Amino acid sequence: MSATGFIQLYVFILAGFVGFLVISRVPPLLHTPLMAATNAISGISLVGSIVLAGGQYGKLPTILGVIAVACAMTNVVGGFIITDRMLSMFKRAEKPSAKPGDTPAPGGGH
Amino acid sequence: MQEAIVQLTYLAASVMFILGLRSLTKPDEARRGMQLAALGMLLAIVGTLLHEEILTYTWIVGGLIIGTLVGYPLGKFVPMTAMPQRIAFSHMFGALAATLVGIGEFYHMYQGDHPTNPSAAESRFKMAAIGFEVLFGALTVSGSFMAFGKLQEFITGRPVTFKGQNFLNAVLFLAAVGCLGWLVYEPSNVIVFYSIVAISFAIGFMLVLPIGGADMPVVVSLLNSYAGLAAAATGFAIGNNVLIIAGALDGASGFILSIIMSKAMNRSFANVLFGAFGTGGGTASAKTSEGLIAKPITAEDAAVLLAYAGKVIVVPGYGMAVAQAQHQVRELAELIEKKGGDVKYAIHPVAGRMPGHMNVLLAEANVPYERMYDMDEINDQFAECDVAVVIGANDVVNPAAKTDPASPIYGMPILRVSEAKAVIVLKRSMNTGFAGIENELFFDEKTSMLFGDAKASLSRLISEVKHV
Repeated sequence: MSATGFIQLYVFILAGFVGFLVISRVPPLLHTPLMAATNAISGISLVGSIVLAGGQYGKLPTILGVIAVACAMTNVVGGFIITDRMLSMFKRAEKPSAKPGDTPAPGGGH
Repeated sequence: MQEAIVQLTYLAASVMFILGLRSLTKPDEARRGMQLAALGMLLAIVGTLLHEEILTYTWIVGGLIIGTLVGYPLGKFVPMTAMPQRIAFSHMFGALAATLVGIGEFYHMYQGDHPTNPSAAESRFKMAAIGFEVLFGALTVSGSFMAFGKLQEFITGRPVTFKGQNFLNAVLFLAAVGCLGWLVYEPSNVIVFYSIVAISFAIGFMLVLPIGGADMPVVVSLLNSYAGLAAAATGFAIGNNVLIIAGALDGASGFILSIIMSKAMNRSFANVLFGAFGTGGGTASAKTSEGLIAKPITAEDAAVLLAYAGKVIVVPGYGMAVAQAQHQVRELAELIEKKGGDVKYAIHPVAGRMPGHMNVLLAEANVPYERMYDMDEINDQFAECDVAVVIGANDVVNPAAKTDPASPIYGMPILRVSEAKAVIVLKRSMNTGFAGIENELFFDEKTSMLFGDAKASLSRLISEVKHV
């Protein structure tokens, strides 16, 4: 295994930890937008697809690459739009209610 | 120089993705954070287009246009009620992209007109990455297709089981692992490579076949994780860090969600995947309803109860999603608040068909998010609550989970609705829930049943409360 391979493993493990720490703190309230968001981000496969579609690797890889570009781009465009649409719906009450014993939802943003 | 610019865009994109996901911890900042992540994605795409290996742009642009044309309506017009199947569907696309890239890479190395034919020693690591890539990719493609079909209901939502199923799955799994090992040993073996693709594809089908509707949240989360891992493996294969980072983030996210979902059902991963819940066996010991009478209530009486209630807790379930009754729920809550009551929403982690399903539906109906409470936050408040309104939820409020060790859902954390002073259950009929067991709550003397379609019942309640 090459040195690059080891560095890649470091990147993977560390990014996994960051993901674990960050995402454990996402409240259940936003779990559906979280799924939509990670879905959009997984569209990053586009980066690999573009190189395959545009490099001169032969006819079959080009075709596979173009299909992959289309699929990944679908996730990027659709994913970010739908995440934004969903998040725009999560609103606070119009006038802040001052009822006693009313605690805000977790991570209720202050 | 060009290479440095490309790498810088990737670095910026990685940071923006992490910041975007971090913003999801706070509802007020989430939207802007995710817009930043979208900008990061744009940067990464532009950066990639500068890549020196790219010689022709025609095909790329074609693919990008098709993707945009398909993706735009999928993002803009799919209704919130269809969100679980929409998410499952897009996992399929993401995994398909990763799988095709893997196949393309392999073809470029060992097949095609001018194969690069690297020696085994050179390509072992890369081939392990490509192997994982197509393994996770192909099983996510078929698994997500099955999940999509079950959620969209063109494939039966009931668990499908047959004799020797787990044995067959074990054989398939071992075969896939064996082929992967072989491919690392002999990277140029074409047959072994395509066997991995085929076997993984079969595993995806088999994995989701025995999963029933209510277990979907776990499976959809798990597929989310696999799609991420496939992307990360792509990153290893083509030596691209932004793919590795984004893939690791997605993998972690899906993994955490599936653990949360399993815990909320008091079941292990293995049990969800191989247990095929609700198909005979476990349900035999459940209590029956013989001799017990559920007390029906008219909309008029229920309306009086609600109109004079001080504290009301609404418990939404999958039934609310099916009836698309979230707007009526909000309207009723507004009326109660106008009469001086206080309305909160209690949301069980596995209510609905995906993590956070109920929250999104209520948010769509303009329910302020401070009013939505997780199970742990609200469970102590039921005791002080005057009326709990259960809308299309069943197993998540079944006291048998606490009291009856013989029940298949025993040990599952539930919303303690039975502690409320009065309970109104909106339900279509006396059919049992997903787990196929009777719910004692419905026969409790504090409980009144309002039968009918959730939307119709709520509309009647709304007009009655107006007249109180």
